[in-house]
Amino acid sequence: MLSTAVDASPARPTRINPVAKLAAALVIAVGLVLSVDWVSALTALGLEVILVLALRVPLRSLLTRGAVLMLAAGLTAITILLYGESSGAVHWHFLLITVSDGSITLALATFLRVLAIALPSVFLFIDTEPTELADGLGQVLRLPARFVLGALAGVRLVGLLGQDWRYLGYARRARGVADQARIRRAAGQAFALLVSAIRRGSMLATAMEARGFGAYPTRTWARPSPFGWRETALICTAFVIVAVAISVSVGTGHWNFIGSR
Amino acid sequence: MNATGQPGGGVAVAAQGWHWRHAGRSQWALRDLDLAIEPGQRVLLLGVSGSGKSTLLHGLAGLLDSGEDGDEIGRLLVDGAPPAARRCRIGMVLQNPDSQVILSRVGDDVAFGMENFNVEREAIWPRVRRALAAVGLELPLMRDTAELSGGQQQRLALAGVLAMNPGLLLLDEPTANLDPAGVLEVRDAVAAAAEQTGATLIVIEHRTAVWLPVVDRVIVLEDGGQVVADGPPEDTIARQLDQLRRAGVWVPGADLPVVTRNHASGAPLLHAADLSIGYRTGGQSRGLGFDINRGTTTIVTGPNGAGKSALALTLGGLLPPRGGRLVAQDAFAPAADRREPIRWRSRELLTRIGSVFQNPEHQFLTGSVHDELALGPRALNRDRAAIAEICDELLNRLHLAHLTDVNPYTLSGGEKRRLSVATVLATQPALIILDEPTFGQDRNTWEELVRLLAEIADEGTAVVAITHDLDFAALLADSRIELPAWDSETVTEATC
Repeated sequence: MLSTAVDASPARPTRINPVAKLAAALVIAVGLVLSVDWVSALTALGLEVILVLALRVPLRSLLTRGAVLMLAAGLTAITILLYGESSGAVHWHFLLITVSDGSITLALATFLRVLAIALPSVFLFIDTEPTELADGLGQVLRLPARFVLGALAGVRLVGLLGQDWRYLGYARRARGVADQARIRRAAGQAFALLVSAIRRGSMLATAMEARGFGAYPTRTWARPSPFGWRETALICTAFVIVAVAISVSVGTGHWNFIGSR
Repeated sequence: MNATGQPGGGVAVAAQGWHWRHAGRSQWALRDLDLAIEPGQRVLLLGVSGSGKSTLLHGLAGLLDSGEDGDEIGRLLVDGAPPAARRCRIGMVLQNPDSQVILSRVGDDVAFGMENFNVEREAIWPRVRRALAAVGLELPLMRDTAELSGGQQQRLALAGVLAMNPGLLLLDEPTANLDPAGVLEVRDAVAAAAEQTGATLIVIEHRTAVWLPVVDRVIVLEDGGQVVADGPPEDTIARQLDQLRRAGVWVPGADLPVVTRNHASGAPLLHAADLSIGYRTGGQSRGLGFDINRGTTTIVTGPNGAGKSALALTLGGLLPPRGGRLVAQDAFAPAADRREPIRWRSRELLTRIGSVFQNPEHQFLTGSVHDELALGPRALNRDRAAIAEICDELLNRLHLAHLTDVNPYTLSGGEKRRLSVATVLATQPALIILDEPTFGQDRNTWEELVRLLAEIADEGTAVVAITHDLDFAALLADSRIELPAWDSETVTEATC
């Protein structure tokens, strides 16, 4: 029965528990929203890049998701560059647009900060599956099973929306009502999708009850959700990153508690 | 209590003067039902489509909430308590396989019920594997459940319930979507599980011949939920033969209806050459070549997961071919430069190709049976009198006249199927494609469908039906298309 032993529990133990990833991303986010200076953001970002390399995150998925992140951070920075509070020398002025020393600094700091806050969430959750996160929330954090499994089954339904959308499209085309202009057709189909999503939700609840969900006040978990030294280490690393970033920033006199300056 | 935290053995089931009426209906689905089922008894529950069999099973599973779902008089008891208080002993396989996949990985989905029953982790995974093997679904545990076919989903749901070792096993047409070999495999898995655990079994299935050898009691409900026959299988069937036939029960050994056809093969409508079919991602069947002719019925068969539904969608002009050609003859195409059905307008399809989907609920777009029938004719701008005439004729013909204003989603499984066929007939297309049309039908509806399809074929309509139903195929097939499992290089076509 070797095969039984090999995949006795299909959750891959080589991965870090998603709950630890969630905690680490939260620690970094909370630490970095306290200030709007560029020094703490840049320090954190640098340390995060080292962490990315140490964790051997798959480069391809990091780059594709990272590109979206860069775009978002870039757009935010441009907005602040053009419309941000101006101070110091004004370089360009056009209607409501003012580019000054102050808005340049602020834009740069914002760009770095958005990256520094979002990067951990992106690279930590690249290989996380909802099932593993739910296992962690239920077993490590001991959140109520009703909430965790309801959410997990619901997430699966979101994935099925695409399939339902396709079938609705088939049905409307086959039944002769799909010749409207594209926007009107999409609007009608979207409403039908909403109705079908609600139906699916209620059928799912029935199916879960038909298999004994909630029959006992407790339940067991088929997949373990181990939480060991690696998980603790990851969360500690997050604290270290935040602590170093804030120390450097305060030490160099750039610390700016939520824009108090 | 044993190691898994549940008492073993079967449970006693009783109905005492039980009535149930679905919310929004004026008629009782079941009236004054009295039943007593001993622990460990294996019961085959029969009855005409719409007689309340599924409703009774839902009630026994504790899934009906009086107040929210409908009105209740009398009571149902499982081991002396209301079913909702005994859910820790009950496992049920629902009728629609598509709506009971719960988690996104095969292994996790099977494990779900056992987790709810507090089975220890170490015991879960061997049981997952055994249950999957028993129902013939030997897939990797990590396989995505969204990729399963209807038949595979049905096996998955059954594995999940069998693995729970419930004291009461409730199965609502557990083999309706399976290929003939799969039906016997799954039946044997159910019988073995009941044998092993001593569970009480209640199964609804129209094909009595399959289940009679493994049950020890047959209960027949008539329209309105009265018990008309109850007793040991052979005895009951023999004694009540005429009554059972009238109630639409599939009696083993009964002759198939005689269908006389004029077999006037007409002009070709569609021509497929080197056609590859499949969804945008996933497997495909390659190298298909066939003709669809007026007045001819073509039966498509193949194992679960062979892409039969994808073929139906492709022929229906709904799913683009993955390769090759599927073209209409000039007289059939709406325009000479648009001969591929996928390029036709939605309204152009209405009078040319009608699709009856595998899941009837996918067909429905309105809130009442009448509107559902009128939708197509309205899209064709038929006048009011013509629409009324079409609707009335179809409502009578398919025995839906008493349900005119009912929401299609609340119909019984058999009624939904009849309505989905009727919606297509309403616009009289030259080609009708049906995906598993006889799934879940009692014998009366089945015979009605066979005669209806034979008749419209004789009137010159081309009929393509995808089916696992051997009797249906034997009676209707003018030509056949046999699909191999996905990704095979070739396809065999036999024409008779």
